Amino acid sequence: MEILLSFIHSNLEILYIVILSVFLGIEVISRVPSVLHTPLMSGANAIHGVIIIGSIIVMGEASADNFVVLALGFVAVIVGTINVVGGFVVTDRMLEMFKSGKEKPSKSTKVK
Amino acid sequence: MEASILAICYLIGSVSFIIGLKMLSHPAKARRGNLVSAAGMGIAILATLLLYHPGGEALHNLIWIISAIIIGTIIGATAARRVKMTAMPEMVSMFNGMGGLCAALISIVELGRVANDHSDMHVLSILAGMVIGSVSFTGSMIAYGKLQGKIKDHAFKGQHLVNLFVLLLIVIIGAIIITSNGTFSALIFYSMLGLSVVYGILFVLPIGGADMPVVISLLNSFTGIATACAGFLYNNQVMLTGGILVGSAGAILTILMCKAMNRSLMNVLIGSFGSTGTGAVHSVTQQGSSKEISLGDAAMVMGYAQKVLIVPGYGLAVAQAQHVCNELGKLLQNNGVVVKYAIHPVAGRMPGHMNVLLAEADVPYDDLLELESANEEFGSTDVVLILGANDVVNPAALDDPSSPIYGMPILEVGKAKLVIVNKRSMRPGYAGIENELFFKPNTSMLFGDAKTVLHELVNLVKEL
Repeated sequence: MEILLSFIHSNLEILYIVILSVFLGIEVISRVPSVLHTPLMSGANAIHGVIIIGSIIVMGEASADNFVVLALGFVAVIVGTINVVGGFVVTDRMLEMFKSGKEKPSKSTKVK
Repeated sequence: MEASILAICYLIGSVSFIIGLKMLSHPAKARRGNLVSAAGMGIAILATLLLYHPGGEALHNLIWIISAIIIGTIIGATAARRVKMTAMPEMVSMFNGMGGLCAALISIVELGRVANDHSDMHVLSILAGMVIGSVSFTGSMIAYGKLQGKIKDHAFKGQHLVNLFVLLLIVIIGAIIITSNGTFSALIFYSMLGLSVVYGILFVLPIGGADMPVVISLLNSFTGIATACAGFLYNNQVMLTGGILVGSAGAILTILMCKAMNRSLMNVLIGSFGSTGTGAVHSVTQQGSSKEISLGDAAMVMGYAQKVLIVPGYGLAVAQAQHVCNELGKLLQNNGVVVKYAIHPVAGRMPGHMNVLLAEADVPYDDLLELESANEEFGSTDVVLILGANDVVNPAALDDPSSPIYGMPILEVGKAKLVIVNKRSMRPGYAGIENELFFKPNTSMLFGDAKTVLHELVNLVKEL
């Protein structure tokens, strides 16, 4: 109990961030039309790629002769980057199509 | 000085994630929203590379880090550019798995470095990051395999008990490690890692292939939490906020997806009908038999109809027939037929996936009808063409309380004068239940692969 209380006290700021972020995440998403579920999932997927910063720190703090850590960190940076870059590019490709879909009606009505 | 610039960069990153997500939930601003988050991410990564100086030293191994980033960028960008729009769900799953793997690897390294000076809470967040990260990794890989059709559904009796047992073991080992004050053996740590990897596989394996989108969304949320754990570990605000944001947004999105299918998350995870579908618990006795319609007749009725509504479904996505579908629609429109598309929220392979596919084929956004407006229009429609959709048009959802899909909002196609159903066979949809619609007097079946059938129809309508 005492450990828990002292933990809460010493990490109060982080707890505030966590709790507010939870509500923020729920609030931001809750009214999204089902049309956007797929791109939104993909976009959120890219955002958690921010984990790459952790892997950069791991590699950056490793000494140059600790090959195990270097190898693990190297792989971590690669997969983290794949998550970030791939996630954003794929989301952009999906949303690009929505945009062209939206511009089309003005053209087709003109033809009519 | 540098530390405060770094902190400001992280703040910009966090805010851009929030704004980006907010914009992503509005159709008109979505694309810019994605770019906003991407820019924020770029700033955060660049700032880390240049300004993160632990203990006053610049980051070591910068060349290695940058080359890893370049390799990852090339792989990620090529994969994302090359992937077909129909294979989008498995691509998202793959990227999510990569994030999970990254979190797991970080935790493995960090636990190796943990000395006694770390608090229990740090060890806890490392372990949580490792467990959640590896579950997310293997789970996503299984989901990827299932969506590719390479892995079949496997369920055995008592599987849920086994899963629960594995989870319990993980928790117990975690407790042992935390209470051991840094004196635990490597073996016990690796067994925890192994169990987490296994749990990810066991968790996803019994869930039906068609429920994978929900699972991917859930795993996406998991990876977010793993990211937040790492953020706590490094006291890094951008990782913390980004991770928690995705964690909670992903959880809500998962629930929204389930709601669109009128199912509870529990129901999806336990897989009450996704996996045991072959049993067809509730089979409607076949009233009479179904009629078939020839391609020529189908082309004729559509060519001379006033209003045609197209209902695209999973079969269209699988056959990748969205382009030829649009060709048929355009052709009919040029003949003076009003053509619209009725989109069920869960049509395709993921909620909203069908809209993406049709948008790719240049179907005008205005021709897509959402569920409610489509249901208003069916009454005044001459021909409804159903392309590989099944459960979303099953009237049992409206009038049969014992049906597993009872209560799910459906497209009420029966109100139209004529319904043409294109399917590859009479096999039931993934819910494993018969569809009464096929035996209705105003329904005609048009068997064949969606793409082939549509090609034929286009040619025949041209000749009219």
